[in-house]
Amino acid sequence: MSGQVKKGYARPLDIRHGRVDLSHGGGGRAMVQLISELFARHLANEYLAQGNDGACLPPGQGKLVVSTDSHVVSPLFFPGGDIGCLSVHGTVNDVAVMGATPLYLTAGFILEEGFPLADLARIVESMAKAANEAGVKLVAGDTKVVEQGKGDGVFITTTGVGFLPEGIHLSGDLARPGDVVLVSGSVGDHGVAIMSKRENLGFDVPILSDTAALNGLTTTMLASGATIKVMRDPTRGGLAATLNEIAQQSGAGIHLEEAAIPVKPEVDAACELLGLDPLNIANEGKLIAICAAGDAEKLLAAMRAHPLGREAAVIGKVVEDPNGFVQMQTRFGGRRMVDWLSGEQLPRIC
Amino acid sequence: MKYVDEFRDGAVAQGLAKAIAAEVRPDRRYHFMEFCGGHTHAISRYGVPDLLPANVRMIHGPGCPVCVLPIGRIDLAIHLALERGAILCTYADTLRIPASGGLSLMKAKARGGDIRMVYAVTDALKIARDNPDKEVVFFAIGFETTTPPTAVAIQQARAEGLKNFSVLCCHVLTPSAIMNILESPEVRALGTVPLDGFIGPAHVSTVIGSRPYEFFAEEYRKPVVIAGFEPLDVMQAILMLVRQVNEGRATVENEFTRAVTPEGNTKAQHLVSEVFELRRSFEWRGLGEVPYSALKIREGYADFDAERRFHLEYQPVPDNKACECGAILRGVKQPTDCKLFGTVCTPENPMGSCMVSSEGACAAHYTYGRHKDIEATLP
Repeated sequence: MSGQVKKGYARPLDIRHGRVDLSHGGGGRAMVQLISELFARHLANEYLAQGNDGACLPPGQGKLVVSTDSHVVSPLFFPGGDIGCLSVHGTVNDVAVMGATPLYLTAGFILEEGFPLADLARIVESMAKAANEAGVKLVAGDTKVVEQGKGDGVFITTTGVGFLPEGIHLSGDLARPGDVVLVSGSVGDHGVAIMSKRENLGFDVPILSDTAALNGLTTTMLASGATIKVMRDPTRGGLAATLNEIAQQSGAGIHLEEAAIPVKPEVDAACELLGLDPLNIANEGKLIAICAAGDAEKLLAAMRAHPLGREAAVIGKVVEDPNGFVQMQTRFGGRRMVDWLSGEQLPRIC
Repeated sequence: MKYVDEFRDGAVAQGLAKAIAAEVRPDRRYHFMEFCGGHTHAISRYGVPDLLPANVRMIHGPGCPVCVLPIGRIDLAIHLALERGAILCTYADTLRIPASGGLSLMKAKARGGDIRMVYAVTDALKIARDNPDKEVVFFAIGFETTTPPTAVAIQQARAEGLKNFSVLCCHVLTPSAIMNILESPEVRALGTVPLDGFIGPAHVSTVIGSRPYEFFAEEYRKPVVIAGFEPLDVMQAILMLVRQVNEGRATVENEFTRAVTPEGNTKAQHLVSEVFELRRSFEWRGLGEVPYSALKIREGYADFDAERRFHLEYQPVPDNKACECGAILRGVKQPTDCKLFGTVCTPENPMGSCMVSSEGACAAHYTYGRHKDIEATLP
């Protein structure tokens, strides 16, 4: 990814006023300059510095875990984050909830002609900061430019790699009747933060996206001594979709207590206004865990001791149900299903 | 959430459930129709039936504006987007309604139609201002609640001199639909739909008031209780209906006094009558042609009427033969009586309109209540 244009011959990239043009993806010097002066400058590490077609990484302990995620969020900058940190958190979290330790990321950028370099620099800086905080290195990347009107600013695909320590096995098919369901904090924050900035909605909710790397929290949870069976981050489709996935995979039902599910009042109010259900709304810094009933207290205490799990709660239990239905005791006193979301609630949420 | 949680309080609900249980006579059954989709949704989402005695049954009515839109109307909207190059602005609920030729507005959008989801008609006005070289059509659906904003938008478009804005008017009227149900052979002659009373609309009644329902109470001897859309409103209304039935009364009572008056919003009513007039007849899905049941744009505002502007011809299209939406909308059948329910017809691939909107009887039952069907068949 690196390669230097001789100093003195090329003018430095005008990051303040410049814009992405087609030459930045053309494979020529302009592309090399963009990479070295913008990407490599913020994301530098020994693997990126190898400058070859691929990064050569040292061997590690345990099985290799890989995950990939594309990010097309709109707007690119939203309360509490931006597409840069989101693209790091999203993939780090997918590796972390497998029980693995995320170590490396790759990133593919699709840039639209005309996109301000200043915005690109902000995004890359945000990625660098997020990667640094999560303890992962961005070791390979790619940049393509599409004509104006053929993209929407920037799309970022990241792939994450990590190692799964010996003896840890988490999977969506391991939930058994009697197990307990926990969530690490309030649900729906990310989706509502994005919605509040959509131009055709124009409501001002003082709510920040929860986008965050969860690998610190997962490490704490795994070290707690509780036998965790399932961990998953409820992103698109929210808590409802993730629990339905787990129920299907495990061939068991899940019963939730509405009163136990943490939802911020602002999120609740925004959902009320828009006719949405917070359980269907995307999160980017929350996880669901399922463990044996006997371990629930220990796990809950460990989660609450971590800054990202302070509002963790036990929200329900796994029950015998060959249909794999997720049901909820409502605050009102009735019982209803919590189904998958049908259709598209909000395009381009992450 | 202030002003909302108070109406969803579980302890109060338990109290009301006890009061209803104490009030119902064990020797009879009670069948109440909630006219509005908003009530249908609240009943399913909060699990209200779990709190009712077994001899109180709720029948879902036709008050879901998305559900009652006939295929031919969606076809007109699709035609405007695909064949006439208009930007079609619509509430998101209508996007997935199945139309002719395997299309829906969502599928027409994927085929290149410029179809935009809006939250309010004012968004459509803005789109018209921002795109002066394009025709912008607002797909106006809904009962009396959404009609005044459409009227305001048309007046505003005229005041601003917007030349590229028009409305495909599909606004329908609640009282004519209730009358149609009361006059249906299933209710009147055959008795296959036992109806002991109505839960009257919440938001619609804020506009038209409670007076229009008095005729039904008197003429048809059916009690009506106007109720808000919160689950406690529904429970309270059921209690009031049970009392009326037990006392042999049939009057209009207002549970939703925090928003509904006998006269309603007269300013909104005047606005509506300035811009709209009655249609001689309008096709409803499920109910068929219903006389004087919908509005059209007055001659004086003809420039803003998409039907006149684009010389649209309405073509009725029959529903899928196996689809029971019609009978479900009239209260004759329940979602589970339909062979398509939950098999080929699901919220992801709706065959009929009742499976589209979250206020539709089928979608509400599928999303929130289908666990009960399986429990019912267990030994």
